[in-house]
Amino acid sequence: MSIITLTLIIFIGSCFAGLLGSLTGLGGGFVIIPMLTLILHIDIHYAIGASLVSVIATSSGAAAAYVKEGITNMRIGMFLEIATTVGAFAGAMLALHIQTHVIAVIFGLILAFSAVMSFLKKVETAFTEGSPAAKKLRLNGSYPNGDETIKYGVRNVGGGFLMMIFAGTISGLLGIGSGALKVIAMDTVMRIPFKVSTTTSNFMIGVTAAASAVIYLQRGYIDPGLSMPVVIGVLAGALIGSKILVHTQSSGWLRWVFTIVIALLAVQMIYNGITGKI
Amino acid sequence: MAKSYNFKDKDMQLVIGWLLRLGVIISVAIVIIGGMIYLIRHGHATAGYTTFNGVPDFIYPPGIITGVLDFKARAIIQAGIILLIATPVLRVIFSAIGFFREKDHLYTAISLLVLLIIIGSMLSGYGG
Repeated sequence: MSIITLTLIIFIGSCFAGLLGSLTGLGGGFVIIPMLTLILHIDIHYAIGASLVSVIATSSGAAAAYVKEGITNMRIGMFLEIATTVGAFAGAMLALHIQTHVIAVIFGLILAFSAVMSFLKKVETAFTEGSPAAKKLRLNGSYPNGDETIKYGVRNVGGGFLMMIFAGTISGLLGIGSGALKVIAMDTVMRIPFKVSTTTSNFMIGVTAAASAVIYLQRGYIDPGLSMPVVIGVLAGALIGSKILVHTQSSGWLRWVFTIVIALLAVQMIYNGITGKI
Repeated sequence: MAKSYNFKDKDMQLVIGWLLRLGVIISVAIVIIGGMIYLIRHGHATAGYTTFNGVPDFIYPPGIITGVLDFKARAIIQAGIILLIATPVLRVIFSAIGFFREKDHLYTAISLLVLLIIIGSMLSGYGG
């Protein structure tokens, strides 16, 4: 295949991945990596490298908008980034030393798990009072909601921190934002309101991905020719996706279609990993 | 006291929002320019990413700078990608400065710690 053909195919696929990623809230990496490895038979390390770069682009772009609105809690983000960057470093190191088919199986499992999680109805259980540790770390905050300001307290800081180390490791190992895991750490464990947890998670994804991207870069796994169509495509797709999201009210059937696509990708990754084809 | 904190947090949010936006726009623009040159020059060569090809030349600053000066397409793309990776790292540096100016020493230290972890991650690659 010539470079121009491959670049065009990857660009179109990445647009689709970015669109799907922003509409489901799962991120572009989840579609990019199966596409590059299963369909185009590209080495999974190259796929992870390219995906990480696209993750940095989309999350930084989205975070820019959220930060200005004042919903993102920069202290929670900064504090938990200690955990995610340590995890990302460990994950990238792990990826260089374990066999590629093991990475494929883990990818499939995390993908399936995230798809299920995105579908479960969540119940918000935020508190107005935080725990003593949260108070010491000044994690409690408030966010604007229309005309009023809603105050919230943060619980279970230690548990959330541990969960974030895991989320960072998965991000570094698989080259995804692992936003689903970050949101669980903040929603379910630390009881942070949804609006704050999703935007703060987005804020952290870029730094987390950068901590492992520097390792992939130096090992030669971030290839300019391959990353170029992926980054541009995913970003374009995500931009289109965010425009659609503003204009359509929660379209249930669309989410079902996406979830089926994602479930199929997960099964394929696990199957190809187990049979050693990746 | 509490009021002055709030005000400065707002300033920092604005600066960081702009930093992230500019970082993404500039780096992606560089990647697009490099990509166009790359496709015009090498578009008809055969692609090969099925197996790992070894470490390319454009990873460390000296190689990239000479590559960009020689107008090599892959070096220009890589410069854009590195700027993109640097964007969130710059955000951490700006947060450290912001927290320092707010006299929030705890969070100045936390920001610097995150920066140290990223630098450590970067240096580990040189060792291997």
